[in-house]
Amino acid sequence: MFPSTMLLATDPLLSEPIGQVDLLLMSAKVLTAFAFLLVSVMLLIWFERKLISHMHQRIGPTIAGPWGILQTLADGIKLFFKEDLIPSNSDRFVFKLAPYLSLVPAFLIFTIIPFGGDFNHTSTQTDPAALGTVTWRDHATYLQIADPHVGILLFLAMSSIAVYGIMLAGWASGSKYPLLGSVRASAQMISYEAALGLSVASVVLMTGSISTHDMVAAQAGDGFAGILPNWNVLATGLVPFFVFAIAGTAELNRPPFDLVEAEQELVGGFHTEYSSIRFALFFLAEFMNTITMSAIIVTLFFGGPAGPVLIDSIIGSDIGWAWGVLWFFAKLFVFLFCFVWVRATLPRFRYDQLMNMGWKLLTPTALLWFLFLSAINIGDSQGWHRALVLAVSLPIMLLAVVLIKQAAINSSRTQEQEHTQQPLDNSP
Amino acid sequence: MTTNTRLSLDSTGEASVDSKNHSAISAESAVLRISEAEAATAAAITSTETASTVPTDNSRVLLNMGPSHPSTHGVLRLLLELSGETVLRSKPIIGYLHTGMEKTAENLTYVQGGTNVTRMDYASPLFTELAYSMAVERLLEIEIPDRAVWIRMLMCELNRMSSHLLFMATNGMDLGAVSMMIYGWREREEVLRFFEKVTGLRMNHNYIRPGGVAADLPAGWRDDVSDLLELIEPRLDEYDTLLTDQPIWRERLQDVGIITTEEALALGATGPLLRASGMPWDLRRDEPYMFYDQVDFDVVVGDHGDCYDRYAVRLNEIRESMRIVSQIADIMPEGDFRSQNKKITPPPRTRINESMEALIHHFKIFTEGFQVPVGDVYAAVESPRGELGVYIVSNGTSKPYRLHVRAPSFVNLQCLPHLMHNGLIADGVAIISSVDPIMGEVDR
Repeated sequence: MFPSTMLLATDPLLSEPIGQVDLLLMSAKVLTAFAFLLVSVMLLIWFERKLISHMHQRIGPTIAGPWGILQTLADGIKLFFKEDLIPSNSDRFVFKLAPYLSLVPAFLIFTIIPFGGDFNHTSTQTDPAALGTVTWRDHATYLQIADPHVGILLFLAMSSIAVYGIMLAGWASGSKYPLLGSVRASAQMISYEAALGLSVASVVLMTGSISTHDMVAAQAGDGFAGILPNWNVLATGLVPFFVFAIAGTAELNRPPFDLVEAEQELVGGFHTEYSSIRFALFFLAEFMNTITMSAIIVTLFFGGPAGPVLIDSIIGSDIGWAWGVLWFFAKLFVFLFCFVWVRATLPRFRYDQLMNMGWKLLTPTALLWFLFLSAINIGDSQGWHRALVLAVSLPIMLLAVVLIKQAAINSSRTQEQEHTQQPLDNSP
Repeated sequence: MTTNTRLSLDSTGEASVDSKNHSAISAESAVLRISEAEAATAAAITSTETASTVPTDNSRVLLNMGPSHPSTHGVLRLLLELSGETVLRSKPIIGYLHTGMEKTAENLTYVQGGTNVTRMDYASPLFTELAYSMAVERLLEIEIPDRAVWIRMLMCELNRMSSHLLFMATNGMDLGAVSMMIYGWREREEVLRFFEKVTGLRMNHNYIRPGGVAADLPAGWRDDVSDLLELIEPRLDEYDTLLTDQPIWRERLQDVGIITTEEALALGATGPLLRASGMPWDLRRDEPYMFYDQVDFDVVVGDHGDCYDRYAVRLNEIRESMRIVSQIADIMPEGDFRSQNKKITPPPRTRINESMEALIHHFKIFTEGFQVPVGDVYAAVESPRGELGVYIVSNGTSKPYRLHVRAPSFVNLQCLPHLMHNGLIADGVAIISSVDPIMGEVDR
């Protein structure tokens, strides 16, 4: 179809001939994305500090560079030259490995994000695969590093691997606070991944594809009544978006779900024993994950780079694709802002409340909504009347909610009983 | 030690406490009765030793929290016995800020004493000064002018506000509401600005002295006070929006760290900790000192005795203090701001230039101080943290023979093991915060 975009995904053994242009395009995209991520992390940290300062009615960084914009760079340089401490009680190999385990997935997730391109249907382009392409020297390519067949599953896989980084960091530190942090991390991230995956499933159901490019292509164009956009956030009925946003925040370990590194409880959580550049790598990974998670939210629910083209050419050259980049970053920025806003507003959850919310609220909600969407989808394909589908599924959902609620009440009662019966004394 | 055993849980330096090995640990108690040496041994068990000595119970961990920990309010140290994240028993360890202030007081004259005691509770310094001055004045059996008393009340109520605002800040921070920290400090700063105008200092004022106060209120103080009240009133409503009605905030605090009135009384707790459990005990009303019987205010009580009640009690005590302050601003009589007793009050600067006697008095007061009749006295005030008492034994010289401070933070701190029992670490942080200890006062 489009060789350069499919380079590694469809042909991992490179059996077909690859042209120089393909390689050039691929390297250019990889380099751009890499540089973009590094620079944007730097700017995000500055942005977050500055924004939260103003929400706190403080000033924030002002010294390094204009408006303190180089503060992160200064901090990075400082951290780079600090002494690299490895606790004597630690497992040295795992201790050194852990930061990379959390940093590399953060980069890899971004490879599946379409960050530009013109996704508007025109008379000449009607094939969904042809949407959002940019042509350079007769080579059409997507503005996306790779569009593998596994698509959005890569995101789920990579965010699972990132858990290892945090878990092993705490485990290998050889100290108690990091251990508590890593236990919290593995429990939290694994349980929230269920909700995350189920809300992604709803989007996949609406799109009919797990490719991120297809998701964006499916969201392009006008939606309901020609006024609202055709975004999945509306098409899936808001619920998966909210579940994804909450579970995503928990997956990022950002406030109010930052129990993993809850400073007031666990000092630094999993990275308590880390210093110098190793600490900086965790820091970098965390903020990079914030960017990629926002990008994933934009891709899944808000049409990615899809948006109207207002001026389609300057001095004869076609700039339709640049509008996609612009829309993408505008949407991305909104979510970055929201993450900071939430951090400034909410107190932190407690560990058990967090697990309750994950398992008793978010996962069942995401699952029920997914089944509901499936019912509607099947009904539509079978030609059943929609009112009939609703009339059947709504009571069933209601029943399920009541049952789950009852189960939660029962379980907490049992838990309470066990708690009171727990003997304090372990003497014979 | 192979890599495999290193990766086991024991290698992280934790060790379970086996009561067979540590007979000092009592059963059924929330208090961890274990000596530091035992704790050190327990924590030092290595992975190879653990296998042989503590094979049965690996579920308990001794965790050291503090003295340098972000949420132990300075240098409180807690030894926690954990099962998972549940705190089974705990032991508060104090003394990391001990500077011997009570002993120092024996070597300072009564005139100098104010500078010493003000540094104990650094979040509400005026209250220690007040209790100290009241004790000295009772020994001297002197009356101080009405205006001085009203000024003391005004300043103390403002100080109660600033101290509770500081609590709002730290409580918010400990629960992860970091914005609240900044907002609390911001409002406290406004109060401190007024203090600076009156006393010259933001903290450690040495403003309330035996015989009155150090200086009269500056011109235009009424406007400053009313501006301050106007500023803080809406900000407290903002706190309500940000925290009081916030579901996560309620979830975190309600039913956490419950203490009943009986338990609180048995442990000697006073102040918001006792009032939140439902007991309306406030020295300002129950044993009125100064002119508290002439102002109208409510004693705020809770009814669950949990962290949320302690938060709510303090928040509403700020409002009550504001009520008192606005009444004082209306009442404030004219007159002297300190006693005219020449043996106790130094003469004004201008008098020294024209009067030999004034010069002598000035010299005597600031070198050897004034003599205080033999006797002992206890004066107690209601500080933001509870009953703050100063006990002085005088042997007739110009220095106290013994000075003891009944510090509410110190007494309230012994509730911690009871409050933290069977809670999570996160609850423990909320509880330490809600007891609101000031370590300077605990260690003295």
